[in-house]
Amino acid sequence: MKERDFKIYRGDDERGELVSYKCNVSEGMVVLDVIHKIQAHQANDLACRWNCKAGKCGSCSVEINGKPRLACMTRMNELEEDKTVVITPLKSFPVLKDIVTDVSWNYEQNQKIKPFTPSKKDTEKGFVMMQKDVDRVQHFRKCIECYLCQNMCHVIRDNEGKDKFAGPRYMTRLASLEMHPMDKADRIEDVKDVHGSGMCNITRCCTEVCPEEIQITDDAIIPLKERVVDRFYDPIMMLFRKLFGKKKETTS
Amino acid sequence: MTLTLGEFSMLDISGIKRLQFDVLVIGAGGAGLSAAISASQEKDIRVGLICKSLLGKAHTVMAEGGMAAALGNVDNRDDWKIHFRDTMRGGKMLNNWKMAEIHAKNAPKRVRELEHWGAVFDRTKDGLINQRNFGGHRYPRLAHVGDRTGLEMIRTLQDHGIHQGIDIQMECTALDILKDKSGKVSGIVCMYRETGEFIVFETKTLIFATGGAGKSWEVTSNSWEYTGDGYGMAYEAGAELIDMEFNQFHPTGMVWPPSVKGILVTEGVRGEGGILKNSEGKRFMFDYIPEKFANETADTEEEAARWLQGDKDARRPPELLTRDVVARAINTEVKAGRGSVHGGAYLDIATQRSAEDIKRKLPSMYHQFKVLAELDITKEPMEVGPTCHYFMGGIKVDAETSMTNVDGLFACGEAAGGMHGANRLGGNSLSDLLVFGNVSGVEASKYARKLKSIPKSDDEDIKRIIKSATSILNREKGNNPYLIHEDLQKNMQYNVGIIRTKDEIVDGISKIDDLKSQFKDVKAAGTSQFNPGWHEALALRNLLISSEAVAKSALLREESRGAHTREDFPSERKEWLEYNIINKKGKGGKMETIKEKRSNPDPELQRIANSSIEDLDKEVKLDHKK
Repeated sequence: MKERDFKIYRGDDERGELVSYKCNVSEGMVVLDVIHKIQAHQANDLACRWNCKAGKCGSCSVEINGKPRLACMTRMNELEEDKTVVITPLKSFPVLKDIVTDVSWNYEQNQKIKPFTPSKKDTEKGFVMMQKDVDRVQHFRKCIECYLCQNMCHVIRDNEGKDKFAGPRYMTRLASLEMHPMDKADRIEDVKDVHGSGMCNITRCCTEVCPEEIQITDDAIIPLKERVVDRFYDPIMMLFRKLFGKKKETTS
Repeated sequence: MTLTLGEFSMLDISGIKRLQFDVLVIGAGGAGLSAAISASQEKDIRVGLICKSLLGKAHTVMAEGGMAAALGNVDNRDDWKIHFRDTMRGGKMLNNWKMAEIHAKNAPKRVRELEHWGAVFDRTKDGLINQRNFGGHRYPRLAHVGDRTGLEMIRTLQDHGIHQGIDIQMECTALDILKDKSGKVSGIVCMYRETGEFIVFETKTLIFATGGAGKSWEVTSNSWEYTGDGYGMAYEAGAELIDMEFNQFHPTGMVWPPSVKGILVTEGVRGEGGILKNSEGKRFMFDYIPEKFANETADTEEEAARWLQGDKDARRPPELLTRDVVARAINTEVKAGRGSVHGGAYLDIATQRSAEDIKRKLPSMYHQFKVLAELDITKEPMEVGPTCHYFMGGIKVDAETSMTNVDGLFACGEAAGGMHGANRLGGNSLSDLLVFGNVSGVEASKYARKLKSIPKSDDEDIKRIIKSATSILNREKGNNPYLIHEDLQKNMQYNVGIIRTKDEIVDGISKIDDLKSQFKDVKAAGTSQFNPGWHEALALRNLLISSEAVAKSALLREESRGAHTREDFPSERKEWLEYNIINKKGKGGKMETIKEKRSNPDPELQRIANSSIEDLDKEVKLDHKK
């Protein structure tokens, strides 16, 4: 058991300050344990979000010493022992209170995505899809919606970007739908015009912070950009589609 | 409407926000989302859904192993009849027969429906939904996605649900039910966590999909949301709670380090071949095979190994016995001094499967141990011990409609009791959420359609509910809600835990009484905006009601059955099979705990459940030929 120093942001979007706390830390503790301990014994009204405490729900996203992390998966022993640990809210979203931010913008982006549209190629036993054909889709579907990628994306950090780009989380979701073997909707035009794939300039910051290690940039965003290019900027492909139609259902 | 100090004494609710619904679902995990989606498919039904957390974060997200459904994709000998028999035997025949039947018959349809809404399950070689083995299930039956099946389920329901015209209110806490003069549901008073603003939802029906009350114990796999809100509110409104003494302790929770104690280690580890060992290196589960399961369980390591290789004639390894059996076995080994370094058992998958297989089939377990315990499960055994996981009991509902004894109040998922009897099989929860979420959504819509208008609530009730919530903030000083909660958890852990005796339960009940009086003076510091201390205090009432119901039922049931183990009454007693225990609010406001005679089961269902497995296998083979 060792006493460690913490500074936690207290306040709202307009006013706030870093408040100092001391807390005894024992073996195996994660940053979320510290927050809970401070909440129970020193600051009952310290606002924080959490649920599963095992890196599966993506609720406790904060910035720890300036880095976007899940508080439940950040062990105290990986942070430098004699340095004060600074816990602040995600920078890209408005602060509601303390380290809780308003992430409703993300839910609005999701709402704009054309939902899964099942193909009629169904059997009595359900869809027939080979494992190798769904591996990548499953890789995308590991996403726990912690929004660390959204927070890190410089397009979204710059507030005006929020009108133009849905962000890496939703590029990943779009990719998972577009690559689903049994989905028949077409979202490529939306990817370009509604969700703003062109805004991403592939700096890979999102991939670096993903706690699920999803290859957001390489596996999701770049392939989507390529499909947009094929559709809208490749004259041979455009002619091909004119002749043979563009729906997945008919071309595949 | 945000209330500050002083205002509450002359509470004016004329400006309070009110919204109207036909069906309002409380809780947005698997059951709540399913219920809301099925109600939204009904014509002219206004559907609302409220959740305490953000959408998509409910505890369903933590479910790992899979959802049980007799699809027969991996072993075509499977059938709803065998699933039903497994469920009844796992529940020690105390299950509601009709619910277990509806569940087993409808699970396959609901799983396929989920696939049609976008879920991407792991596949068999033929490209069908893959199914894995699990404790108590005769055949590989659990549709799964690695070890993150719950995430797949909740995300699929969420992404489908947001396009069905459902009014979704996030981070909104339900406080209490409103009823009209005749006793029909007329609404519910809620509070937005962000602002502390109160809101009245006026509704013809309420569906409680509020989960359990696992947060009553110290070592639990449950998140902060699991405070028995549904039990508490339903009880206060006059609904009956059934089977509350049956609390499932999952055999494998993490035991080290202390801060993660209780976090779930999926049964999928054993489903994929993981074995349990004690400190002497002995594979001890062979010593704990109950007589009833001896015919269907391997009795040598050699046979268990053959089973893992896919030999259809070999019997299942004893690690895959039902959860109550495995949890008690670990508990016994630890008590006998043969526990692991930190007081659990060793769960070893490293010697049973290749590192590559482990990482592919159990990726989040691999990740969880790597980060939280600095342990590589492809190389070393895990340390595991029992953790409070699930309430078999809950709000008593009608099997076919999911309605409670309060007109207009429905319940489904973990919030409802009866389906799982004395012990739930792993994988039967996720399928339960889908099946009964669907039933309650359809049935609540039917009920709502019969009412011309929303029953009228009494403003005085609304004021009373709001005053009781704000008094926690407004009192000058009082008891710290976090500390009351900690005391309750310790009390339940030691007095009403996995092994119970009369003396301890009696102590436990008197401690709960003591905590109830401390709760009367609970004080939350700070304002009403996003104030976890206040939220904690509001949840305490429901935790205390749930805990009291558990303890009183546990005291009354003088036998050991399934997850309820009485050291002073060590075996099942035939006469107790005839009774459920019911808790309800008595006339004087005190909790009444009574024995209620169970109704006679349908003879055909009884025949199936009591058939020998050989006979039932033959029967199913004939059925399938037809």
